[in-house]
Amino acid sequence: MSAKTVDKIATGVIMCVAGFIIAVLLGLLGYILIRGVGHISWDFLTSAPESIRAGGGIGPQLFNSLFLLVLTLIITVPLGIGAGIYMSEYAKPSKLTSFIRLVVEVLSSFPSIIVGLFGLLVLVNKFGFGFSLFSGALALTIFNLPLMVRITEQGLRGVPPQQKEASFALGISKWKTIRSVLLPIATPVILSGTILAAGRIFGEAAALLFTAGMSSPRLDFTDWNPLDDRSPLNPFRPAETLAVHIWKINSEGLAPDAPQIAAGASAVLIIMVLVFNLGARALGRYMTNKFTAAK
Amino acid sequence: MQANALSTKKLNVYYGEKHAVQDVSLDFAEKQVTALIGPSGCGKSTFLRSLNRMNDLIPSCRVTGDIWMKEHNINGSETDVVALRKHIGMVFQRPNPFHKSIYENIAFGPRYHGVKKKADLDNLVEESLRKAAIWDETKDRLHKSAFALSGGQQQRLCIARSVALKPDIILMDEPTSALDPISTSRVEDLISELKQDYSIVIVTHNMHQAARISDKTAFFLSGHVVEYDETDKLFMDPSQKQTSDYISGRFG
Amino acid sequence: MERSVNMERSYNKRQEAKPHIAEEWVGKIYTFICIAFLVITIFSMVYFVASKGLSTFIVNGVNAFDLITGVKWNPDIDIPQFGALPFIFGSFSTSILAAIIAAPLGFCAAVFIVELAPKFGRRFLQPVIELLAGIPSVVYGFVGLSVIVPLFRDLFPGQGIGIAAGALVLSVMILPTITTIATDALSELPAGLKEGSYALGATRWQTIYRVALPTTMPQQMTGIVLGIARAFGEALAVQMVIGNAPHIPHSLFESTSTLTSAITLSMGNTAMGSVQNNVLWSLALILMLMTFVFVFIIRFLEGRKKL
Repeated sequence: MSAKTVDKIATGVIMCVAGFIIAVLLGLLGYILIRGVGHISWDFLTSAPESIRAGGGIGPQLFNSLFLLVLTLIITVPLGIGAGIYMSEYAKPSKLTSFIRLVVEVLSSFPSIIVGLFGLLVLVNKFGFGFSLFSGALALTIFNLPLMVRITEQGLRGVPPQQKEASFALGISKWKTIRSVLLPIATPVILSGTILAAGRIFGEAAALLFTAGMSSPRLDFTDWNPLDDRSPLNPFRPAETLAVHIWKINSEGLAPDAPQIAAGASAVLIIMVLVFNLGARALGRYMTNKFTAAK
Repeated sequence: MQANALSTKKLNVYYGEKHAVQDVSLDFAEKQVTALIGPSGCGKSTFLRSLNRMNDLIPSCRVTGDIWMKEHNINGSETDVVALRKHIGMVFQRPNPFHKSIYENIAFGPRYHGVKKKADLDNLVEESLRKAAIWDETKDRLHKSAFALSGGQQQRLCIARSVALKPDIILMDEPTSALDPISTSRVEDLISELKQDYSIVIVTHNMHQAARISDKTAFFLSGHVVEYDETDKLFMDPSQKQTSDYISGRFG
Repeated sequence: MERSVNMERSYNKRQEAKPHIAEEWVGKIYTFICIAFLVITIFSMVYFVASKGLSTFIVNGVNAFDLITGVKWNPDIDIPQFGALPFIFGSFSTSILAAIIAAPLGFCAAVFIVELAPKFGRRFLQPVIELLAGIPSVVYGFVGLSVIVPLFRDLFPGQGIGIAAGALVLSVMILPTITTIATDALSELPAGLKEGSYALGATRWQTIYRVALPTTMPQQMTGIVLGIARAFGEALAVQMVIGNAPHIPHSLFESTSTLTSAITLSMGNTAMGSVQNNVLWSLALILMLMTFVFVFIIRFLEGRKKL
């Protein structure tokens, strides 16, 4: 076979693979949406699940997922940005720094189930937070910190060094320079990275099985006092999230319409993740345009 | 005899193993323009960056010797460099305005250093922009991004930004090397005006610029000062052969 | 004028305490606490998982060698048997098989993005692949359970569940990791290298195959190892399609288990501190040690980067 024929065949194969990958994603999304969207209704999104009868909803799970996301971001963002700033601005090149880098890398490759087990052992049992939103949020924080650190470092590294020099030359302290000069420029990168992390938090289940728990108490959506046991806002109550719910009904669902519920819940989850992804993309593009247009 | 704004005594700068500036002792007179000239890599920019301790930012860089400002040696570890840089402003090779509005570019420094009242800040912004001869071009768009300005305007904005802190000394590191000829001549005019209020040390690779705007000139060659004299004297009648070779264009 | 008099000696530190000095400390301490939290967390994680996992051998007297090599898993009989080899085998076989499926696909996709159709590739294929990375693992599990498993049940003997289904689901999940790294590696390739090959009359494929692939090999391997690491630690998607029978299967379409699926299923059903529970922590310890091994391999490969 001549080299040209081989080249043509290889090109054809590569084209096919690219088409195949796109087909897989479209098929995946299409399958979930087509099977699931029909099941989504206002009632499905707001009512509580049923354990044996048909007609259960995912209301509390959806609320738990969103609330847990907010809680997690409140803890993760300041910690992650702080650690990212340390790595990018304060850490001097030394053995200790490269060791910390290794540690962050190791943490980022830890399976989420291990993070969940650690949460079970330390947060749930040792610290006595129990199966709760708070334990879940902390576990997700640990899970997402390396990502947040990397995003922050990336954002700060994208800032032209002349900006820092300009600020220092005005007699501005380092910390003020970081806050008022560097961070605003790094914000688009950090923000779109954070939204992507949010999508990941929203879909995570393995780290939550043994931290936020696999059940949700009967919630009273008229009681908004965070200290009450049945209040949705109580961070120390167990909370099954949407992703955990999907897993649970697939493995031990007893309701006759369990497959439909799983499909509907998956569709909701996918739609949320899509929103996060497209949102991050759009935001990134908008911010870049704003900056380049100003130049 | 005029007072000195700044003087160095046996200043040495090392980058790792490299001895970039060697035993430089120079006096910079108050309210005068001093030019530092020399071929690329002669250490003039490195020397300039030592004067406001910007070299502290480079981990491998070590500066020894004295830098006297009034009766203080500011090259000591007890010097508060953040406060020091408020008194010694700096303008860089490429215009580097902040990603902020024109107004914020000027107000950022003074606000940090304690000017809080809006009226005071407004005045200061106007005064600084006027001093940098850029007020007329910017007064209608103070709250627009500084990046909408041309390169030459950006550089004058950066000068205004240093002036806003009312420093004693302004260091300029080849401030016109990235500008077109017209912007360059505006910045040069500006420098000549600014010396009424400030002591200016300017690094330039352009000998004509040094001759046009400076009162005294120091000629650097491979880390040493070869000659330091009144600008007219140095250009007309240099005492060293290397200097005359350089200014007549035989190398560099 | 008055102000400048006040400022006379203000750059001398010994004068009065300056607000900006306090401010610098705020920054230093705040960021240091953040990074310290991260480092302490990971150390305690390693410590707690390791001490729990080792207690099986120290407190309960289970032989570590038997655990790793034993093939019988009967935790609930009178003399319980803890042979974890089926799980270890399941984890390795699913994740390596997944990489074998995903690696060529990922490499082709990267070639498509970098060489064949950069415009279309960057605008469509790359976002599509990034979206695949964003899909939650339970959704993958759900689709695997409701599409792949029935399909395999019809096509092949057996129940459809097993290593093949698990590996297929995992291969889609790790495809983004492999593709992204392969794409980065190919686009970092200096243009001169490829041009040189074209100038010698080589076709595009010859250039890719003889120049681009060998030069970027360490990075390609990094991507594959990262993919395997991710597949190895994935819990729920695999657990949903693998069947969860604790033995080494005879075919790719027979129910089996992985380390993660065994932990997921049994952790909630055993009492803390019992030997049945502790042995699950030993499985977690194996999982953790494998993570270290993967990180070590990746570091090694990165050190061999040729560019």
